[in-house]
Amino acid sequence: MTRPRTLYEKIWDAHVVEQRSDGTCLIFIDRHLVHEVTSPQAFAGLRASGRTVRRPDLTLAVPDHNLPTTARKDAAGNRLPIADVESAAQLAALETNAPDFGIRYIDATAAEQGIVHVVGPEQGFSLPGTTIVCGDSHTACHGGIGALAFGIGTSEVEHVLATQTLLLQPAKTMEVRVEGEVGPGVTAKDIILHITGTIGAAGGTGHVIEYTGSTIRALSVEGRLTVSNMAIEGGARAGLIAPDTTTFAYLKGRPYAPKGADWDAAIAYWTSLATDPGATYDKTVVIDAAEIAPSVTWGTSPEDVVPITGTVPAPDSFADPSKQAAVAKSLAYMGLEPGTRMQDVPIENIFIGSCTNSRIEDLRAAAAVLKGRHKAANVKWAIVVPGSGLVKAQAEAEGLDRIFTDAGLEWREPGCSACLGMNPDKVPAGERCASTSNRNFVGRQGPGSRTHLVSPAMAAAAAVTGRLTDVRELID
Amino acid sequence: MAPIEKIEGRAIPFGLKNVDTDVIIPAKWLKTISREGLGKGAFETLRADPNNLFDQPEYRQAPILIAGDNFGCGSSREHAAWALGDLGIRVVIAPSYSDIFSGNAVKNGILPVVLPQSAIDRLMEVAATDPIHVDLDTQTVTTPFQDRFTFEIDPFRKMCLLNGLDEISLTEKSDAAIAAHEQMIAKTQPWLTPTLA
Ligand code: SF4
Repeated sequence: MTRPRTLYEKIWDAHVVEQRSDGTCLIFIDRHLVHEVTSPQAFAGLRASGRTVRRPDLTLAVPDHNLPTTARKDAAGNRLPIADVESAAQLAALETNAPDFGIRYIDATAAEQGIVHVVGPEQGFSLPGTTIVCGDSHTACHGGIGALAFGIGTSEVEHVLATQTLLLQPAKTMEVRVEGEVGPGVTAKDIILHITGTIGAAGGTGHVIEYTGSTIRALSVEGRLTVSNMAIEGGARAGLIAPDTTTFAYLKGRPYAPKGADWDAAIAYWTSLATDPGATYDKTVVIDAAEIAPSVTWGTSPEDVVPITGTVPAPDSFADPSKQAAVAKSLAYMGLEPGTRMQDVPIENIFIGSCTNSRIEDLRAAAAVLKGRHKAANVKWAIVVPGSGLVKAQAEAEGLDRIFTDAGLEWREPGCSACLGMNPDKVPAGERCASTSNRNFVGRQGPGSRTHLVSPAMAAAAAVTGRLTDVRELID
Repeated sequence: MAPIEKIEGRAIPFGLKNVDTDVIIPAKWLKTISREGLGKGAFETLRADPNNLFDQPEYRQAPILIAGDNFGCGSSREHAAWALGDLGIRVVIAPSYSDIFSGNAVKNGILPVVLPQSAIDRLMEVAATDPIHVDLDTQTVTTPFQDRFTFEIDPFRKMCLLNGLDEISLTEKSDAAIAAHEQMIAKTQPWLTPTLA
């Protein structure tokens, strides 16, 4: 009888090409997503060494990180140039490299263009049981459909392009089990913020986290992608959620998803990947869904989470002296006083978007709060950035764009936008942003920017009142 | 990647502790599309001072850099190793490095030598006036004044640096195993080779 294995162990074992004496394994990579920022030097390296891309058919390139989210074509349908010289050069490099190396490329103006981590699952390119890599730290996102997905650096991008493999050490396994029904106004984002606050930003270091339990099972695929997206914020290398009928229903009929007899064989294989009864994890954390409130971050680490009904903590409320110092520093950066009610914190900027929260379900949740309402006068800048052109089209078909613009929010073209201060969408120094993205690091949304991570519904609520707000006050 | 065996030349007596990757190469250089030319951005903030060490005639193109504890800490940007390489650095000598930096250095053909602070202090003295000799094969650092320091290095890293092997060329030796895996997948999970309907 074979030893019971976890979902992670099954995917890992199925991809070991070779094992070295120190335990390092050469792992086969099934899917490689490429974008404009971390790839130019990798392609330059290939050219310099006269190498080719081993499996262009397993590689998909799409620009997203520093594309401006304003109109990309003029009224006559001609492409508008990108003002920032370096961003334009990175885009131009990808546009040359993809055809030169025979890689599928989604153009900046194509309907399918979007954030890599939105595009992968949406196209059915990301599949359960696969290994997926991308030169972006939030590649863990694809774990939401049951893929083992890692963010990698530029030399690893080159390594995968050349060999379709990566040298990796096996990770430890960690189970985060969430059980029960969530209360009103609590979304997938609140679940992962609560988890990150509970386990800490280093809680998953060296581990791959599998999210289990009835609460996770009840999530849509969109919600699962949101949860797994932020595995990295808990320090983990990757996140995983076992593929099930919800996953299969989501993938069926997508452009790159298996068809016909392949589809049935794929489902049988994917179903077999679930963690075996009796398999053990190196670590397990159990969370009661009833304890999760709409959540918000107050500091500059993603573990700095409180319920929206909470207050800004004092540095001396933490036991660890190094955390005390970090909290004091982070409160100074955030311009917050201990004891302030989170709901009294004014907000000048709203960002609804990023690979964490820019799928159709996220936009629907934000629109439900904004419908028939208007943003507060003190909110200077509020943008909604769909995760892909297809999400954008769907939202427009449902009339969500008009709800946003009627409420005084801007409706943008797809891309990473204000998730990272790399394109023109930035939060001004010293100002706050209620943001649906995944990182609240110092300067992440622009130098001096102050980020409060929230769900799309909570971001919409903050837009309406001009302060961090308990969304439950605005819904029935 | 150029192999490293014996490196002899001037060493920049830099010596600073906790030099983070933002000091080695400021974030604004991350938007480049090439690895070359990053030497211009290396230590840019420090080099704004016209009297900086790096631009003194005797240290231009110096192949060795002497630094303090925890060299290369901070963000994981590989640009730090590229910038040092582009500046002409082949060897860094310091009491310790961030893990990610020393990995990136080796990947890019730069030898990170670890020596105790006492040895660093002596080498800083010598570097002010004379060249330093680093021999990877014998794992020694010597000076014209009979100083001799031995250092430890992971045998695998040593082999890679001595032969100028990057990780890709090493993996390419496993080509048959990779091809076998691909054939197995094509049979058992044909849907993994994507085709558009
Ligand atoms: S939205 Fe943010 S986290 Fe996601 S891919 Fe873009 S930059 Fe990375």
